Amino acid sequence: MFAQHIQGLSGLVAAAAFIFGLKRMSSPMTALSGIGIAGIGMVIAVAAGFLAVFDLSDATRSHLASNLTLVVIALLAGGGWAWWRGRKVAMTAMPQMVALYNGMGGGAAAAVAAVEFGIADAPGLLHLAVTVAGALIGSVSLTGSVIAWAKLDGRVNKPWRFRGQRAFNGAIFVATALIGVAAIALHGTATGTALAVLFFLGAMAFGVLMTLPIGGADMPVVISLFNAFTGLAVGLEGYALQNPALMIAGMVVGSAGTLLTVLMAKAMNRSLANVLFSNFGDVAVASSADVHGQMKSIDASDAATNMRYASSVIVIPGYGLAVAQAQQKLYEFVRLLQAAGVEVKFAIHPVAGRMPGHMNVLLAEAGVPYDIIYDMDDINGDFANTDVALVIGANDVVNPAARTDKSSPIYGMPILNADQARQVYVVKRGQGKGYSGVENLLFYDEACSMVYGDAQAVLTQMVQAVKDLGLSQAA
Amino acid sequence: MAIDTSMTWLVALYIFMLAAFTGYEVISRVPSILHTPLMSGSNFVHGIVVIGALHALITATSVFAQIVGFLGVALGAANAAGGYVVTDRMLAMFKSSDGRKN
Repeated sequence: MFAQHIQGLSGLVAAAAFIFGLKRMSSPMTALSGIGIAGIGMVIAVAAGFLAVFDLSDATRSHLASNLTLVVIALLAGGGWAWWRGRKVAMTAMPQMVALYNGMGGGAAAAVAAVEFGIADAPGLLHLAVTVAGALIGSVSLTGSVIAWAKLDGRVNKPWRFRGQRAFNGAIFVATALIGVAAIALHGTATGTALAVLFFLGAMAFGVLMTLPIGGADMPVVISLFNAFTGLAVGLEGYALQNPALMIAGMVVGSAGTLLTVLMAKAMNRSLANVLFSNFGDVAVASSADVHGQMKSIDASDAATNMRYASSVIVIPGYGLAVAQAQQKLYEFVRLLQAAGVEVKFAIHPVAGRMPGHMNVLLAEAGVPYDIIYDMDDINGDFANTDVALVIGANDVVNPAARTDKSSPIYGMPILNADQARQVYVVKRGQGKGYSGVENLLFYDEACSMVYGDAQAVLTQMVQAVKDLGLSQAA
Repeated sequence: MAIDTSMTWLVALYIFMLAAFTGYEVISRVPSILHTPLMSGSNFVHGIVVIGALHALITATSVFAQIVGFLGVALGAANAAGGYVVTDRMLAMFKSSDGRKN
């Protein structure tokens, strides 16, 4: 009995720690302590979970030694593997890593549901229904997240699509749900067990099927959605286990994750339904935009010199910067400009990087302080008073076609107003198009000059050019 | 005498309702620079499912429950441990111009 009280109270402490921790994570000043607090809550809850050994029935006690051995092996294997992978994963690969961990959480929720469904004797209808609903959501999250991970990790490249896919997926989903209902109705019989197995297979198949046709560019939204799914599944299983800590933690993540998903979709100018069902992602789009003028190019060192003598520069980094591993070099260049008295700001589009906030993480890794990094809404008014906008590895997020060209697939997407700066430099590998396959009107603008080359190489030249200027002045 | 930890469906709905609003409120004030760490942080939080799996495995009496419970604990532990590590790594990198770390 005493053990039960401790377990109940530790769940309460854990739930409070999670909410307080998430709250602290909502500001960069306190964020690090936030995850620490949530971590302490988790350790307390898991430690208290072991107290269940004091409340065992006689039937269970005979299995205690083997069960405890299995627990220790599972905790060390699963936790150890994830800890080790999490330590060494590159910051650019963070989105797919989060997807993978999330899928595992969904799998764990599905496993809890399977055990609960299997061992429940004389259970209530509600109890079974909630268990099965959690199992469905958890299983979809498991396989869907794995597909999302594989796509972002470049293991699955082509979206898999066929005619009537939506109807087919819908049929699979309805069939799975019906099998779940039948499994509840026949619970306790051999047929019921067989149906339950079929149900889990159907749910996992649906997770794969619904994720496969979605293009790589939309994956972050999907991962965020699956994150909310897993939270919801955990919350439902919490009810099945009569554990309020699981219910609270799961539902907090379920609602927070849903909100985050909607915010992400909005930042990409898409509705969630559009992301899930439209197959946009990486369909080749023929753009009919009228292109006037032609692209001009400029030497890296000339561009650097102009920036050195400008009074204000706004840097617009995109994922191409991270692909070229050039964040460090960029910050070195920025510090040289700052030392020369240039006011430098970073402008981050909501979908820069592979998910919202990803670019901030990559810049933070390079040492860029967060207080010179600005969100789109905070900085868009400043471009008109800025000497130079330096675009590195970004494309669609500065394309004015989003404002004017109704036929463009990115029409309506909010963009960074780089075209309003007095001078625009675009660092780019070649003359190719952006992720969406759309021609970028900015590149043909009077005030825009292209600096062709790999971001790393270009920035190295720029750093050198500014350093040389410094030396000649000193001489 | 065991304490009664069961709850009615109505109490459960109240808990869910309050938790849902809490999650919404906590996230709605987050600046977008923290979206990625926050997704990762909330991903860590649902790793609490590991204690559900832990309970299932400790009280397992059949080979089926042992196998599935084992998978559940391993996957849940990976979710919690991995979610913590990557969130911590990301957040540890944010610092302001005067060099203060968080």
